[in-house]
Amino acid sequence: MSCACKNPFNHDVPVENTPMVNVQIDGEWVQVPKGMNVVAAAERFQKHIPHYCYHPKLSVVGNCRMCLIEMGTPKMDANRQPILAADGKPEIAWMPRPQIGCATQVSEGMGIRTESPLVQECRKGVMEFLLINHPLDCPICDQAGECKLQEYSFEHGQANSRFTEEKVKKPKNVDIGERIVLDDERCVMCSRCIRFSKEFVKDDVLGFTERGSHTTLTVYPGKRFDNNYSLNTVDICPVGALTSKDFRFKMRVWFLKETKSICTGCATGCNVLIGSREKEVHRLTPRENEEVNSLWMCDSGRLGFHHIHDENRLTTPLVNGEKSDWSTAMSKLAHQLKNFQSNQIAIIASARMTNEELYLLSELRKSLGGDSILSDIVGRTGDADNILRNADKNPNTKGAQLFGFANNGKLKEIQAGLTNGSIQALLIFNESAAEAGLSLEALKNVPLVVNVGMRLNGAAHFNFPSASFAEKRGTLINFQNRLQRLNRAIPTPGQSRDDWEIIRDIKAAIGGGNGIHSVEELFKAMASSVPAFKDLTLGKVGDLGVVLNLG
Amino acid sequence: MAIAEKRLILKNIDVAGYTNDIECYIKNGGYEVLRKAIAMKPQEIVAEVKASGLRGRGGAGFPTKNTKPVYLICNADESEPGTFKDRQIIHKDPHQLIEGMIISCFANNVKLAYLYIRGEFPEGARILERACDEARQKNLLGKNILGTGYDLEIYIHRGAGAYICGEETGLIESLEGKRAYPRIKPPYFPAVLGLYMSPTIVNNVETLCNVIHVLQMGGANFSKLGKPNNTGTRVLCVSGDVVKPGYYEFEVGALTLGQLIYDVCGGIRDGKKIKAIIPGGSSAKVLKAGEIYKIKQKQADGSMADVEMRLEDIPMDFDTMAAIGSMAGSGGVIVMDETRSMPECLANLSEFYAHESCGQCTPCREGSLWMKKLTSRIRDGKASANDVGVLKNVADNIAGRTICAFGEACSWPVQSFVTKFKDEFETVAGNGAKK
Repeated sequence: MSCACKNPFNHDVPVENTPMVNVQIDGEWVQVPKGMNVVAAAERFQKHIPHYCYHPKLSVVGNCRMCLIEMGTPKMDANRQPILAADGKPEIAWMPRPQIGCATQVSEGMGIRTESPLVQECRKGVMEFLLINHPLDCPICDQAGECKLQEYSFEHGQANSRFTEEKVKKPKNVDIGERIVLDDERCVMCSRCIRFSKEFVKDDVLGFTERGSHTTLTVYPGKRFDNNYSLNTVDICPVGALTSKDFRFKMRVWFLKETKSICTGCATGCNVLIGSREKEVHRLTPRENEEVNSLWMCDSGRLGFHHIHDENRLTTPLVNGEKSDWSTAMSKLAHQLKNFQSNQIAIIASARMTNEELYLLSELRKSLGGDSILSDIVGRTGDADNILRNADKNPNTKGAQLFGFANNGKLKEIQAGLTNGSIQALLIFNESAAEAGLSLEALKNVPLVVNVGMRLNGAAHFNFPSASFAEKRGTLINFQNRLQRLNRAIPTPGQSRDDWEIIRDIKAAIGGGNGIHSVEELFKAMASSVPAFKDLTLGKVGDLGVVLNLG
Repeated sequence: MAIAEKRLILKNIDVAGYTNDIECYIKNGGYEVLRKAIAMKPQEIVAEVKASGLRGRGGAGFPTKNTKPVYLICNADESEPGTFKDRQIIHKDPHQLIEGMIISCFANNVKLAYLYIRGEFPEGARILERACDEARQKNLLGKNILGTGYDLEIYIHRGAGAYICGEETGLIESLEGKRAYPRIKPPYFPAVLGLYMSPTIVNNVETLCNVIHVLQMGGANFSKLGKPNNTGTRVLCVSGDVVKPGYYEFEVGALTLGQLIYDVCGGIRDGKKIKAIIPGGSSAKVLKAGEIYKIKQKQADGSMADVEMRLEDIPMDFDTMAAIGSMAGSGGVIVMDETRSMPECLANLSEFYAHESCGQCTPCREGSLWMKKLTSRIRDGKASANDVGVLKNVADNIAGRTICAFGEACSWPVQSFVTKFKDEFETVAGNGAKK
């Protein structure tokens, strides 16, 4: 299995079977894959060589000069054989000039110094140069807290400035695209954004104008920087030059709790970090998974979380439009459900539900009458972009298939049954009636409509408020058959409950309690009955997921 | 005693009645060497050039390794302050350059060559375009040159006005239609990954012209000109406070700096004294009048000995210039007399470099403008002695830490001026404050 998207470069991931070479890093001999650049090689041994322009997935340009290191090659004798020191290791001839680590590839017997006085002096010099024309506006800058200028200045810079000249003025608050704002005075001209857009997105719209200290990042005249991956440049911008219109001025990053989760915007299932504070999600950022999304995610996925804080969200259980409480509502529902034959009941499930929810729902379907119940999901297809966006806009179609809810065409039968009266009871989970092709008019005459979800269904007799993806735990199966975990970042609002609890309680109310009290127990029950999950636990799925054999 | 010029490159230049059209060039023996060369085996030409010891950028760009060049580029982006030799060749004897290029291309089996000329030479570009047309009409360029089956095309490409395009990898980027950001080396050495990522030879105008003279004289004879390891002639451009500034051609090392200034250029104007000399284009480290240099020199018995030399006694060759801590560079000698203010001269240079820094890598981008601001303030007497120290340190933080040699080009003048004229800088720096 390989990454869903194609990186132009993978400096940190050596090609399989790359031979190892012996390299001396700060006096210690270690083995690293031949040809790997010094920054990536040192990183393997917890030695962070500071850098701005180098990025493991983009071309190497070597312009920031922050990764200057001392480098040496083995001393050779007359027969071109390395001269060995007393310890049997090659003697190293050090180069007098510092070299950039990002463009230096390791070879046998190479010596690298990442902390020598010369290296420290170089870093101090570069830090000073980067800051002399920088506005030093950290207090109003969104990057503060995750800014490489701040971090490296603290580690390698100096507290006072020798610069007494007037700073260079450049454009500020430049609207370069739908979702991005540029501050040219903060830019360190590392060109990561230019290379990302050109090399990864193939959208060559960013570039530099002017020259020398007046060099200015800008967008091509008449063009906008608004491709669907533009927000990744906010992530890779090492400073506060590119900021997200959606996130800026909303929250200081150090207040954000980061929860490892999955984007539910399409079948790719990009790994994300949910940045939240207390009850509110403030941003999603991509989380590295070389098997899925590498370091990236699309803008539509990244910004697709705002609906969870919709002020019209359903947060109280409603029975016939009246506020109720869960136990009353459940017993009323159980009472009503008994009035219907199994062939009068239909279930519209969602391929946005987790496997755990779908498993429980399949159990509920069994209790209600099994195969005689019509069930289906709402398919969502769109354009694939050959980068990360999958044509399937549901995050768990594979799970819905596995649990027998993806029944091509059954949705039409349900629609017809509701019209002709053969279906008398409809249970809708996490889908809007409209998207399922059902008008409120069509539902009005149906004797029992149950809606479990985040939004009110005006025609439903029972409206049960459930959880968003950021409020629940569970697993999804992406288009590569990779099983990945959602994690809870924030609590459910009001009286909303986790979907699986609602399904469990419906099942319990009609007389089928199963003694499941946690997602772990639920996963265990699912794993013991579904062969695809055999021997798995939530822990084994881990942060990066596992590939299932779905036969 | 006047030292006689040895004119090879400048042989036709400023000769009465000599015009820059092809008829005149042919009448004076032009393209005869090409006719001879094209009958030779390419390896034989390469061997001659090697034997000549010609020291251009990599021995006339004839690669010593087994890379097979695809393109040849003539670097005619002559922009170094104090340098104006290529311009004379282009304007007054363009066919010499075209012939040199054709021979060099033939020797390397190159089928496509570019002549990159700086944007500020519009007339030069027109002259070269016409020269190429004339050469094509005479079947000296284009398809099936002189019936030999060898094809070569030369494109004239004008720059848009940036000094950095003279840096060979910056030039290549510019030629590819991009910003002239110099490439990192390794891995992008032109001989390996040059124009369009193909092996490429890049040479300057004078070097390519020299190829004709090497073949005409034979490599062995050519190598007798000048000094061992410093063979051939050198065009020197003298500017500044001398009586007769201009361009002169001598055997390498045939005369000393003193002879150049006093015998050839008629001495310092108005009978003044020398204060400082920049010997090889504005990037070269400045030499101060009265300095005594200690260099190792081969004695008659073959042994090496330390010799003390006055500034005026320095021979004009590559090795001696390097040994005294400067460089022969582009051959642009800038002479400053005793009335010149060193802070003013340096501020002028620093302003140039701040304006021309491409802005790609941090130290040069930020440092060059900082140095300009510091030198301007020192010149205006609105600084302090401390600022002079900061200036030197800024230069130290640039040199050796940049992508291309521009880092050295902009910091060497600063380092050398400030070190050698420290007292003057510190005095001038505070002048304004006292008033």
